[in-house]
Amino acid sequence: MSNDTDHLRRPIIVVTGMGVLTSLGQGQADNWKALTSGISGIKRITRFPVDGLRTTIAGTVDFVSVPERSAPALSERLAELVIEEAVAQAGIGRIGDFPGPLFLALPPVELEWPQRLAVAEALGANEGVAYDDLIRAAAAGSFEPVYRRFLFGSVAENLADRFGTKGSPIATSTACASGGTAIQLGVEAIRRGETDAALVVGTDCSVNAESLIRFSLLSALSTRNDPPASASRPFSKDREGFVMAEGAGALVLESLAGARARGATILGVLEGCGEVADGFHRTRSSPDGKPIIACMRDALADAGLAPDAVDYINAHGTGTPENDKMEWVGVQAVFGDRAGTIPMSSNKSMIGHSLTAAGAVEAIFTILTMRNGLLPPTINYDIPDPALPVDCVPNVAREARVRHAISNSFGFGGQNVCLVLGAAP
Amino acid sequence: MAHERDALITGIGIVSSLGTGIDAHWTALNNFSPVLDTETFAPFAVHPMAPLDLDRQIPKRGDQRQMEAWQRIGVYAAGLALDSAGVKGNTDLLSRMGMIVAAGGGERDYAVDSAIMAGYPKAANPGAYLNEHLLGDLRPTLFLAQLSNLLAGNISIVHGVIGSSRTFMGEEASGADAVRIACARIAAGQGDIMLVGGSYNAQRPDFLLHYEMAHLLRRAPFDPVWARQASGGGMILGSLGCFLVLESRSHAAARGAGAYGHIAAIRTDRCRRRPGEATANARTQLAAMADHYDPATAAVISGASGVAAPTQEEQAFLREVGLPVRGSVTALGHSMEPSFPGSLALAAMSIRHGDLFPPLESAEQAMTGPLRQALVTAWGHWRGEALALVTAA
Repeated sequence: MSNDTDHLRRPIIVVTGMGVLTSLGQGQADNWKALTSGISGIKRITRFPVDGLRTTIAGTVDFVSVPERSAPALSERLAELVIEEAVAQAGIGRIGDFPGPLFLALPPVELEWPQRLAVAEALGANEGVAYDDLIRAAAAGSFEPVYRRFLFGSVAENLADRFGTKGSPIATSTACASGGTAIQLGVEAIRRGETDAALVVGTDCSVNAESLIRFSLLSALSTRNDPPASASRPFSKDREGFVMAEGAGALVLESLAGARARGATILGVLEGCGEVADGFHRTRSSPDGKPIIACMRDALADAGLAPDAVDYINAHGTGTPENDKMEWVGVQAVFGDRAGTIPMSSNKSMIGHSLTAAGAVEAIFTILTMRNGLLPPTINYDIPDPALPVDCVPNVAREARVRHAISNSFGFGGQNVCLVLGAAP
Repeated sequence: MAHERDALITGIGIVSSLGTGIDAHWTALNNFSPVLDTETFAPFAVHPMAPLDLDRQIPKRGDQRQMEAWQRIGVYAAGLALDSAGVKGNTDLLSRMGMIVAAGGGERDYAVDSAIMAGYPKAANPGAYLNEHLLGDLRPTLFLAQLSNLLAGNISIVHGVIGSSRTFMGEEASGADAVRIACARIAAGQGDIMLVGGSYNAQRPDFLLHYEMAHLLRRAPFDPVWARQASGGGMILGSLGCFLVLESRSHAAARGAGAYGHIAAIRTDRCRRRPGEATANARTQLAAMADHYDPATAAVISGASGVAAPTQEEQAFLREVGLPVRGSVTALGHSMEPSFPGSLALAAMSIRHGDLFPPLESAEQAMTGPLRQALVTAWGHWRGEALALVTAA
């Protein structure tokens, strides 16, 4: 085993650049300051009318604008901003020439109401509007930019173009585990020796009426609208759902050998990944928690670490009754008696659930946690849930030395990813 | 030279307008006549999915009800692939099996959409109207039939494939990259057995709307893909479900599994599609496969979409390659995400038979000798270029 390889003689993978943008602000510095001050980015939705909705709050990113707003357009813009920050910090490649592939966690793309209604409007006044009418309007009109915007491939293609990443870009969706999956894909590519560096991005700006209503119809969202900052309550007894949010995170991953050769500053180590799918149900975890447990154990085994080495857990911690309970079941099984004493906080208490982006955003916050020796709190922890005796770093940040941490991501469709992150050597 | 970490195709599940399963496809390709529905979506045609006896692959009616057509097609095809590889129900093996699914999104509720489009312009408060109708009229579980990763999720639930689950998005390129990364993982020992593929329901007005916004759909006459180029080209969409079981040679040998073929090489890339750029990518890809490539016994299965510019550029490249060509979209229609897995399936079944199926149109030349190799192309209708070389196992 050389200094550049891990316990399985694979290249050690390090993080040399990070960029982050959430409802708390743009950039690592602003986000970290707000996150460790217990500030919430959740607010009343102003982007679209909320008449008649049970949930009227979200962690929207309203300080970035794009022409012709849509989820893919804004997701792409956020991705650009976080990539610029990450690549600048890493000091890798040249502008527009990133020396490796792109792995992008992206929300599913679909024609949205403003665009659908614009095609309908092109028909002129009409009593009943069916899809064949829309198709006639499309045939007569010029909606080519709309077609291109709502291709599943166009966000990744545009980013690959702009940043000069190499090869065919990968856009992945594993629901709320997507950011973790994108990181895992990057880690695997470097371990295979295909590349020395990879650009990994998670981005999600899909807060619109239909997306919010879809989650609302599944009773997944918090309806505690007043005050908005109090709505996201992971691990609290009175938690009742998650809060939709927007954000993006980008990481430059490199082999340790490559990073060292070019004299890069190492921010953290991507020590291991675990992934196990759950075939129990479309939205619920196996009641025995087996897939979540196996996922965390696989990640630790991949990293070559025993559970005892873990100093901090960056929880998936959505604040839904089901998620937090099952995550605790998993943590208890994996960490045994230490479960209630390892600090385990949820960034989502402040930034909300950035869905597709969450795994990437929270991996970045986990690295900042290790670098700063400061644990971000779980805010809104007012009423402890006796069934979840977790040390969630209640309400106030806490100093701590963290050498190894895990970050969990679980999603609809039985998706479970766990990352093991280590402090820079 | 055989290597223990070669990626073999040990299972194929395919359902399309031509039927269900490999044998039905082989028979149909050898007595070809296209299956087209020219009525439902006139002035466009689609290749409609053959009737599926869903109970055979999705035994629980509750599961069938939880899915929309694109998911039922995919879960059905995945089940056929697992059957074909002889691993269906092998819980231990399936719990280690990795999965990469190439997927778009699911069906919408077209009646709800139409009602909203009719009422919205007349509503006193349009925003409130939209909210009220989405909240009141959408089925709560429809979301789970729309999320891209819920094809994979349903395969985990119905067939028990849970070793890993990743979903790639991005039209044709996503299907090619799914196969490429599965092969790379097998080669590197990051997995021994993988399920890879996707599904497409072409019988969807929202898809026709999407492609007609860029005027990419073919109107009559519904000629085969190469003949179509004389009159402007265009796509004819086709419903397709196709999954492959990819397995390392040593893993297949250890369980005594036979193989349809070996993915000896696969490359994917992108460009901005200025004239000649896609060709340059394809030439580089082919040159990188020189060690395995033997033109004497090879043919091409082309995934050309029919869209004029990329199809004609690919056609010129294929002339340069000089092998007999079969355009898979003439047989199956164009199906975006699973189109590359579908073309691979046609290649692998031909190699298994040792012989290429007859030309699908007059522009395609007959192949007289035995077939031991096939180049499989996937140039996306907008972006992405992929090339694979499938050889006898």
